[in-house]
Amino acid sequence: MKHVLESVENQFETFQILNEDGKIVNKADMPELSDEELKELMRRMVYTRVLDQRSIALNRQGRLGFYAPTAGQEASQLGSHFALEKEDYLLPGYRDVPQLIWQGLPLHQAFLWSRGHFAGGQFPEDVRALFPQIIIGAQYVQAAGVALGIKKRGKQAVAVTWTGDGGTSQGDFYEGMNFAGAYKAPAIFIAQNNGFAISVPREKQSSAKTLAQKAIAAGIEGIQVDGMDVLAVYAATKHARNRAINGEGPTLIETLTYRYGPHTMSGDDPTRYRSDELNSEWEKKDPLIRFRKFLEGKKLWSEEEEAKVIEDAKNDIKEAIKKADQAPKQKVTDLIGFMYEELPVNLQAQMEEYQAKESK
Amino acid sequence: MAQMTMIQAITDAMRNELKNDENVLVFGEDVGQNGGVFRATEGLQKEFGEDRVFDTPLAESGIGGLAIGLALEGYRPVPEIQFFGFLFEVMDSVAGQMNRIRFRTGGTKNQPITVRAPFGGGVHTPEMHADSLEGLIAQTPGIKVVIPSTPYEAKGLLISSIRDNDPVVFLEHMKLYRSFREEVPEEEYTIELGKAAVKREGKDVTVVAYGAMVHSSLKAAEELEKEGIDVEVIDLRTVSPVDYETVMESVKKTGRAVVVQEAQRQAGIAANIVAEIQERAILHLEAPVLRVTAADTIYPFSEAEDVWLPNHQDIVEKIKAVVNF
Repeated sequence: MKHVLESVENQFETFQILNEDGKIVNKADMPELSDEELKELMRRMVYTRVLDQRSIALNRQGRLGFYAPTAGQEASQLGSHFALEKEDYLLPGYRDVPQLIWQGLPLHQAFLWSRGHFAGGQFPEDVRALFPQIIIGAQYVQAAGVALGIKKRGKQAVAVTWTGDGGTSQGDFYEGMNFAGAYKAPAIFIAQNNGFAISVPREKQSSAKTLAQKAIAAGIEGIQVDGMDVLAVYAATKHARNRAINGEGPTLIETLTYRYGPHTMSGDDPTRYRSDELNSEWEKKDPLIRFRKFLEGKKLWSEEEEAKVIEDAKNDIKEAIKKADQAPKQKVTDLIGFMYEELPVNLQAQMEEYQAKESK
Repeated sequence: MAQMTMIQAITDAMRNELKNDENVLVFGEDVGQNGGVFRATEGLQKEFGEDRVFDTPLAESGIGGLAIGLALEGYRPVPEIQFFGFLFEVMDSVAGQMNRIRFRTGGTKNQPITVRAPFGGGVHTPEMHADSLEGLIAQTPGIKVVIPSTPYEAKGLLISSIRDNDPVVFLEHMKLYRSFREEVPEEEYTIELGKAAVKREGKDVTVVAYGAMVHSSLKAAEELEKEGIDVEVIDLRTVSPVDYETVMESVKKTGRAVVVQEAQRQAGIAANIVAEIQERAILHLEAPVLRVTAADTIYPFSEAEDVWLPNHQDIVEKIKAVVNF
C-alpha cells in the first residue's frame, strides 16, 4: 500500500517569497510590481493597521458596533485584494471589511455597517461587492453563482471570496468550490487560516494537514501560502486570477495568518484560549515588519513616510466617524421601504401605520 | 387555446419567459437534457441551449447560492428544488439570503429569483417529498409564496413570478400536475400575485383554501348544495402575502368561515387567516372560524396517506359544524 495521505500532503508546501527578516527567499516567483505599487501596498497595510487600532478604540467608546479585528491579517487581506481589478466581484466575510474599503467603499459607510445602519449597505454603484457576510460559508456558494454569471457574460473578471479556517468545515464551503469547479467558473476562494475559530483551534476543525488540500475534493487547484507574506499572497492571487480569466477555473488559496486581537469586539476574551507565547511567536511574523524591512532595504520606505500614512489614516477615520454621526436616524418606514420593489398589502398597511406614528 | 395539464402550462410559462427575456435562466437537478423529473422543463434545453437551461450538481444549497450569485450579475434565475421537502438543505439561501438582499443593501440590489418546487400528497411518494412546508416560507419577510391550483392560473402566476423583481417561491402540487386539463391560452398573460380568486360564489359560509384543497373544497361545496348549504370557495393562489380584502369581503357577506389546508394544524398558514378574520370581521361572525388540517404528526408513511390527508368529507363536516353552531 502506498501512503496516499502523505503523498497528498506533500503537494501543499507553504508558498513563501519574503521571510521574516524581509529577505527574498524565492526569486523565481517574485511578482512584477513597480516601486510605486510596492509602496502603495505598504501604505495600505499600515493604514489598515491604524484602522484596526482606531476601530477597536471607537468600539470601546461605543462609537462603533459590531467589529471583527483585522490586525495581523493585512498581508492576507490586502495582498489578495491588491491582485484584483475594479471589475472583479468581492464576496467578503464579516472580517473582510478592509478589502471593501480598498475596493472603494467609503469609510463612513463601513462604520455605518458596523453600527447597524442601512446606509452601510448602500454601496456606490461602481463598487462590485456584496456586504460582509455573517452566515459563514454562504459567501462561497454565492461566489460560485457570481463567477458563473461573469463567465456567461463573457467578462474578463473573477469573483473572489474569503472565509476563515472554521468556515472550511461548512457544507457551503465545499459546495461553493465544487460548483465553481464543475462549471469551470472564474472564482478565487480564499481561506484565511488564523489558527482559531473563536476559541476552537484549527486542528479541531479537521484532521486534514492543510486546508488547501480541500481543493482536491472539488478537483480544483489549491495553494497554501504564508499569509504573513504580502508578496506571496499577492503572487498566489494573481496566479489564480490569471488562471480564472483564461478559463482554467477556480483556485482555493489557504493563507496561514494570525489575528492579534480577539475574534470580535462582542465580548470575546482570547486569553482564555491563546497563550502569550503563541502571540509573541506570531508577532515576530508580523506582515508589516517584514515588508517594512524589505522596502527599507530597497530604500523605498522611511519612518517619515510611515508617519504620514498613520496621520492620514487617523484624519480620514475622524472625518468618517463624523460623517457617520450625521447619518439620519433610521425609521421603520425606511425599513419597510427596502423590503420589496412594490409593497404587498400587509406592508402598505404597516407603512401607513408607522407614517402616522412617525409624524406625531 | 389549447387543452393543457398544469405541468404543460408550467413548461409553457417558462418557455414564454425564456423567449421573452434573455436573462432568464432555468437550472436544477435533471432539468436539462432529461427535461425534469416531472417533465416540467421538457424540451427547453433543446430549444434554448445549455447556456440558458442547465443541470447542476446534486446540492440544493449550492443551487440556492448559484441563483443568488447569478442574480447579482443581472440574471433572472428560475432554479428548481426537485422536491420541496429538500428545502431544509437550502433554507439559508432562501430564507437567510435572497429574501434579505434588497433590505441589507438598503434597496440598492435585488433578487429576481423564482424558486420552483413540487410538493403535496396523494401520489404515494417516498419520505420528504410531499410535505407542505409553505408555512415556513410564509413566515419569512422578503419573499412571496405562490401556490396555483389550475393549469390556467399556473401559467399566469408563473409568468408574473418570473417577472417579479423580488424572490418568489412557486409551489407546484404534484397531485395537480396531470389530474385534469383546462383551456390555456397559448399567448402570454399574467395573473397578479397576492390576489385571491372566488372559485365558487355562495352566501352561507366562506371556505378559504389553496393548492389541492381548493378542489376538495369545491367538491364539498357541491355536495352541500344538495343539502341547501350555499358555500363560497376562495382560492388564495398566493399564500404570502394573503389577499385579505377578498377574504374579508366574503366573510362579511356569509358570516361564517372555514379555512382548509393540507398541512398539519400547527403548520401551513390557516392560523394566520383565522387571526386576521377575528381582528377584522369579528362582529360579522355567526360562529367561530374553524380549520380543516392534517394531524400534527410527521407526514405519513405513504400507505397511510388516505386516512391522514384532509379530504372533502372533512371539509363537509367542518362546514356543517360552522353552519349548525
